[in-house]
Amino acid sequence: MYLFVLVYFPEVQFPLTFCYKETISERNRNMIKFFLMVNKQGQTRLSRYYEHVEIQKRTMLETEVIKNCLSRSKEQCSFIEYKDFKLVYRQYAALFIVVGINETENEMAVYELIHNFVEVLDKYFSRVSELDIMFNLDRVHIILDEMVLNGCIVETNKNRILAPLLVLDKMAES
Amino acid sequence: MSDVVERTLSVLPGLLGQHDPGPGAGGGPGRVSVTSRLGGLIRSITALSSKHEEEKLIQQEQTNLKATVSAPTTTLRLMKECMVRLIYCEMLGYESSFGYIHAIKLAQQGNLLEKRVGYLAVSLFLHENHELLLLLVNTVVKDLQSTNLVEVCMALTVVSQIFPREMIPAVLPLIEDKLQHSKEIIRRKAVQALYKFYLIAPNQVQHIHDKFRKALCDRDVGVMAASLHIYLQMVKENASGYRDLTESFVIILKQVVGGRLPIDFNYHSVPAPWLQIQLLRILGLLGKDDPRTSELMYDVLDESLRRAEINHNITYGLKALTYVVQQDPNLALQHQMTIIECLDHPDPIIKRETLELLYRITNGQNVTVIVQKMLDYLKQSKEEYTVISLAGKIAELAEKYAPDNEWFIQTMNAVFSVGGDVMHPDIPNNFLRLLAEGFDDANEDRQLRLYAVQSYLSLLQEEDTFYPQKFLQVMSWVLGEYSYLINDGDPEVIMARLHRLLKQTFVTSETKTWIMSAITKMASQVPCSETVDKLFQEFSTSLDTCMRQYAFELKHLCEKKELMKNLFPLDASCDDTVVDASLSFLDGFVAEGLGCGASPYKPHHQRQEEKLAQEKALNFEPYGLSFASSVSSSGFTGRQSPAGLSLGSDMSGNSAELGQKETSCLELDGVRKLWGKEGYLPKKENNTEKEDKAQPVPQDSILVGHAVDPPLAQSELQSVRLSEEEKEKQQLASTLFAGLGSNSSISLMGKADTTTQKFKRKSKIIETQTNEEASSVQNIAALSFSSLPDTTPNSKENFEGNEYLGLREVSLSSSEVLEASASFGRSQSLTEAGLDEKFSNCQLSTSSLFADSNIEDFQPSQSVPNTIASEATWSPCLPEELAELPHSEIVELCSSDILTVYSCKVWTDDCSLLVLFVANESTLPLKTVNIVFETAEHFKILENNSCHFPVIEPQSMESCRKCVQLEEICTRGILSGSISYADTDTPLEFSLTFFLSDFIRPMKITTEDFGKLWLSFANDVKQNLKISPSQDCLPVVLNTLKQKLKFHVVEIIGNEGIAACRLLPSVPCLLHCRTHARTLALWFRSSCSALPDSLLYQCQKVMGES
Repeated sequence: MYLFVLVYFPEVQFPLTFCYKETISERNRNMIKFFLMVNKQGQTRLSRYYEHVEIQKRTMLETEVIKNCLSRSKEQCSFIEYKDFKLVYRQYAALFIVVGINETENEMAVYELIHNFVEVLDKYFSRVSELDIMFNLDRVHIILDEMVLNGCIVETNKNRILAPLLVLDKMAES
Repeated sequence: MSDVVERTLSVLPGLLGQHDPGPGAGGGPGRVSVTSRLGGLIRSITALSSKHEEEKLIQQEQTNLKATVSAPTTTLRLMKECMVRLIYCEMLGYESSFGYIHAIKLAQQGNLLEKRVGYLAVSLFLHENHELLLLLVNTVVKDLQSTNLVEVCMALTVVSQIFPREMIPAVLPLIEDKLQHSKEIIRRKAVQALYKFYLIAPNQVQHIHDKFRKALCDRDVGVMAASLHIYLQMVKENASGYRDLTESFVIILKQVVGGRLPIDFNYHSVPAPWLQIQLLRILGLLGKDDPRTSELMYDVLDESLRRAEINHNITYGLKALTYVVQQDPNLALQHQMTIIECLDHPDPIIKRETLELLYRITNGQNVTVIVQKMLDYLKQSKEEYTVISLAGKIAELAEKYAPDNEWFIQTMNAVFSVGGDVMHPDIPNNFLRLLAEGFDDANEDRQLRLYAVQSYLSLLQEEDTFYPQKFLQVMSWVLGEYSYLINDGDPEVIMARLHRLLKQTFVTSETKTWIMSAITKMASQVPCSETVDKLFQEFSTSLDTCMRQYAFELKHLCEKKELMKNLFPLDASCDDTVVDASLSFLDGFVAEGLGCGASPYKPHHQRQEEKLAQEKALNFEPYGLSFASSVSSSGFTGRQSPAGLSLGSDMSGNSAELGQKETSCLELDGVRKLWGKEGYLPKKENNTEKEDKAQPVPQDSILVGHAVDPPLAQSELQSVRLSEEEKEKQQLASTLFAGLGSNSSISLMGKADTTTQKFKRKSKIIETQTNEEASSVQNIAALSFSSLPDTTPNSKENFEGNEYLGLREVSLSSSEVLEASASFGRSQSLTEAGLDEKFSNCQLSTSSLFADSNIEDFQPSQSVPNTIASEATWSPCLPEELAELPHSEIVELCSSDILTVYSCKVWTDDCSLLVLFVANESTLPLKTVNIVFETAEHFKILENNSCHFPVIEPQSMESCRKCVQLEEICTRGILSGSISYADTDTPLEFSLTFFLSDFIRPMKITTEDFGKLWLSFANDVKQNLKISPSQDCLPVVLNTLKQKLKFHVVEIIGNEGIAACRLLPSVPCLLHCRTHARTLALWFRSSCSALPDSLLYQCQKVMGES
C-alpha cells in the first residue's frame, strides 16, 4: 500500500509514524479524566474514561482510587491530590462517586457537578438506588453523556439533560 | 435532597431479588426483568465475594455472549441486552473485543434505544485510533442526514465523543449545516462536535470561525454555553486575537449573574454556576497583562464576587487565599487564626495547602518558625511528590532568608537527610556552589564553611548511621575542600572517618568516588598517611574499575608530593583551570606511536560510519576495546583517559564541581539566581532605592490603623479572657505573621517585638533591610513587596512609584518579548545550526534554481508592460538584472492625479523583493517623496521601513526595492504603507498582499537526501483531499503544486510521489503524496512545526482552484 515509502525509507515504521500527534495538548485544557461510581466494597458500578486508558490499567487505577477515598474520614475534605492529577469525590450511602480531573480543572465545579448528577438520577429514577444504577447502566451512561462530553461539563440544566432520554423511553413505549 | 438519596441508597442493597428495581417515573419499557440474563449477571455480580469467583463468572459470561452475538437469530433487542452485558465485562476489567464489531452493527441497524446503546458501546469500547472506528463513519453520515431528530442527536453525540480524525471532511459540511437548525439541542450538539474537531484538527475548522461567533450570539443559552468551550481554547492560544469579544463575554456574564436566565438553569438558586466559571476563565485569560481590557470587566467581577456564596470547603478557601496572598500579603492577616487551626488539621491535604500558603508569606522574620513547620511535615510525609516539592521550598527559603550560619547549615542538613535522593539535584548543587563561591566577606565565608565542616564531622562520628547518597556526597565534598579550616583537627582522623564510610554497604559506587576524591584532596596536605596506604591495599585489586583507577592515581600522586600540592591548591574550587584542549603536549607521543606503525586516530562518527559500511561483511577482526560512553557521562571523564594525564585539571575542582558546572549550564538558567559571587543578588537592584533612604520613623498611626486595625481590636478584646491554648496559638500567629503588614507583631500582641534581623552572612542585606523598613512606613505596598521579593513579581499594582519595581517590570517585559520571538528564532537558529550543513550536500545551486522550465507563470508575460506602454509613453519596467528573475506582473498599486505607484514582486533565490515604481504624472517636479511602510504583523522589511526620493521630475519615474521577509508563518498577510510628498498633507495609502507562496522556493534534492531528511524531521501533518477527475493523476497534481507552490518534484513512482520546498531562508518542508481512488493523500514533514499546516492549507486552496 505504501510501497514508495517503504522502498525509499526502509526505517520508517508505519504503525508508529501513523499515530497522530495530539494537536491540542491535554495539559493545556481543563478536563475531567474519568468518572467513577464505586461502592464501599471496591466494586465498580460505572466507569467512564475521557482519555484512553488500557483496560488492565483501569482496574488497578480504580482499586487505588477507592482505597484512597476509603482511607479518608468524613471530616476530611473531598479533594485528594493523586499522582499528577486530582480526585474529587462524594459519598452517597455505600456508593462513592469519584471524578479524576487534571491540574487546571476547578475542584468545586466538579464537586457540585457530582451532586447535580445524583440529583438528575434521583429525578429520573425517583429515589435512585445502587440497584437502579446497576440495572440501568445504559441509561445512566446516556445521562452522563449529556452532562460530560470530551472531559468537559457541557450541560447542567436538569430538564435538558433528561430530555433526550425521555424521548427515547417514550418512543420505545409506543 | 442528598439526604433523601442517601437514605434510599442505604436501604436498597438488602432487597435484592425481592423486587424489580426498574426505572421509576422516567423509565418505561426496557426495564430489566430479574429473570433475564442481564438480571442474572447483575445478581451474580453483587453476590461475588472473591476475585477468583469474578474471573470464573465473567469467563462463563463471555463464552455465552460470544455464542449469542454471533448467532444469526439474535434479535436486535437481545443484542442490545448483550451490549450492556459486554459493558459490564469490560467495566470489571475483562476485555471483550469480540463484541466490538457487533456494537458497530447495532448502531447501524438498531432502532432508537438500541441504536443509542450501540453508539454508547462503541464510545466505551473503542479508542480514538481504533481501526474499527472507520466502519462507524457511514452510519454517522446516514444518521446525520436522518429526518428523525433523535437519530441526529445521537450521531452528533458520538461524533463529539470519538471520531477518526482523517474522516472529519466526510461529516464536516453536514455538521456545519446543523448550526442553522431550528432546534436548540441540535445546534448545541453541533457546536460540541465542532469543539471536538477543533481539538483534534484545528486547521480543518479554520474556515468556520465566524460561525463560532454566531453560536456565541445564539438566542439559546445552551448553544452559547457550548461555544464557550471553543472560545476558552482559542483564547488560551491567542488571547490578543479575541480581545474584541471581551465586551460580549462581560455582557453575557452580567446577564447570568443578574438572574436573566430561565429558572431551570439555576442550581440551588445560584444562576448557572458552571457557566459563570467558564466565563470567568475566559475573562481571566483576556484580561491578563492587559489593563485596558481588564478595566472592562471589573464591574461584573465585583458583582459576581458579591453574589457568590462563601465557600466552606476549607482547602478551597485556602487555595483561594494562597492566590490572593500573591497579590497582597496583608489579606492573610485577617485570616491568621483560621490558618493556625488549619496547621493542626488532621487532614494532611489541608496541612499541605496551609504550608503552601505560609511559604508564600515567608520573610526574614518568620522564616525560622515556618521552616520548622515545613520540616515537621516533611519528616512525616512519605509520598515522593510531596517530599520533592517541600524539600525544594525549604531549601529556597533557607537560602533566601537564613538568619545565621548555624541555622542555615542545620536546616540544609535536615533537608538533605529527609529529602534524600528524591529531591531535585539542583538543591545540593546550589548549596555547594553557595559554599564555594562565597560572599563579599571572606571572614563570613570562612565561618560558614567551618561550621559546615564541624557539623558534618559530628554527624560522621556516629557509626552505622544511614545517610542518603546525596547527603554523603555533599559532606565528602565539603570535607575534602574545607577541612583544612579546622586548626586543631588532624586530617588523618577525618580521612579515617571517610574511609570508614567506604566500607558501608549502603554507599553506592558513585558516592564512593566522591569520598575517594575527598580523601585524595586531603592527602595532599599531609606528608604521609596510613589511610592512604590502607586504601591502596584495599582498592588496588577492587573489581570496581573506577575505584581501582582512583587508588592507583592516589598512590602515584602520593609519591610526588610537590606535584600533588600543585594539583590540589587550597580553596581553589572556583578558580578556572586552564585546559590544553588540543592536547598539544601529547604530540610527541603521537608522533612516536605513528612512527611505530599505529593507525591514525579517527573521530567517533567516522568509526561509526565505517562500522556501518562493514556491517554486511563478516568481521574477522578481534573486538576493539570500547570506552563506554555511559561511564564518561557520570562526570569522571578525565579519569577514564588511559594516560591519566588530564587528571589534575578536574581533580582540584573535583567531580562535584564538574558535575555541578554541567548542570548549572543546563538547568540553572531558568532559575532565578539568588546568590552570586557578590552574595545575595536582589539587593543590588535595591541599591537604586538608596536615595530615599530615610531614618527609621516611629510607628505611623495612620498606617497601623489602616492595615491591621481589625485584628488589633479583636485581639485586644480577646486577650482579656485568653485561655492558655489560645495564647499559644496567638504566640504562633505572631511569629508566623511577623513582618507582614506594617508591623503586625506589635499590633497583634500589644508588645514590641524587636525583630532585628541578623543576616550576618550578607552584609549588604542589613542595609537594604533597614532601607526597606524605612520606606515601608511611607508606602505599605512597597513593604509588602520587599518583604516578599520573590513571590509577588506579577502584581504590578504594588509596584507603582518604586524604581526597583520599575526595573523588575522592564526585565519581565523583555523576557516576554524574547518568548514571543522565540518561535521564529528557533526555526532560524535551527537552520543556521544544523541544516546548513545538510543543505550543502543537497547541491542547491543558485543559478539552476528556476531553470526548471515549467514555471511559466513566473515568467513575465510580455503583453502586460506592452499594453501599459501603449497607453502612456513611458511604463514601469524592471531593470535588466531583475527582469531575468521570476517575478509577478507589474500592477498599479494606487494613483492620484499627481502620481501613480506600481508594484512588482521579484522572487529571488534568497528573498522576496518588492519593487515599487513611482511615476510623476503631473507637469511639475515632485519634491521630497516619501514612502513609509507600516509595521506588519507577519513581515519584516529589511534595512528600513521607508524610502525617500528628493525629487521626481515631471513625466518620469523612480523606483525603489525592498526586501521582504516572513517573520511568522501565515498563509497570507497584508503589507500596507503610504506615500507622501511635499505640498500635500494627505498621504496616499496603499496595501498589498503577500502569500506564503511568495516565500517558498523549490528545494532541489535527490531521493536519497530526501529519505535522510524525512527521517530527521519531527513535525508532520497528513490529510486526504478529494480531487476532481481531471486531477486524478499524480503528475497533474504535482505539476500544479510545482507551478503554484514552487515545489520541486523529486521523483514519481506510479501513484506515489515526493516533492520538496523550502521556506526562506532555508526551512525545508518535504511532501509525500499518493493518489488513490480520487483521493489525494498528502503527507508533509518539516523541521518547523507551523509550516506543514500552512502549506497544507495552501495545497487545499490550490487544488480547489484548479
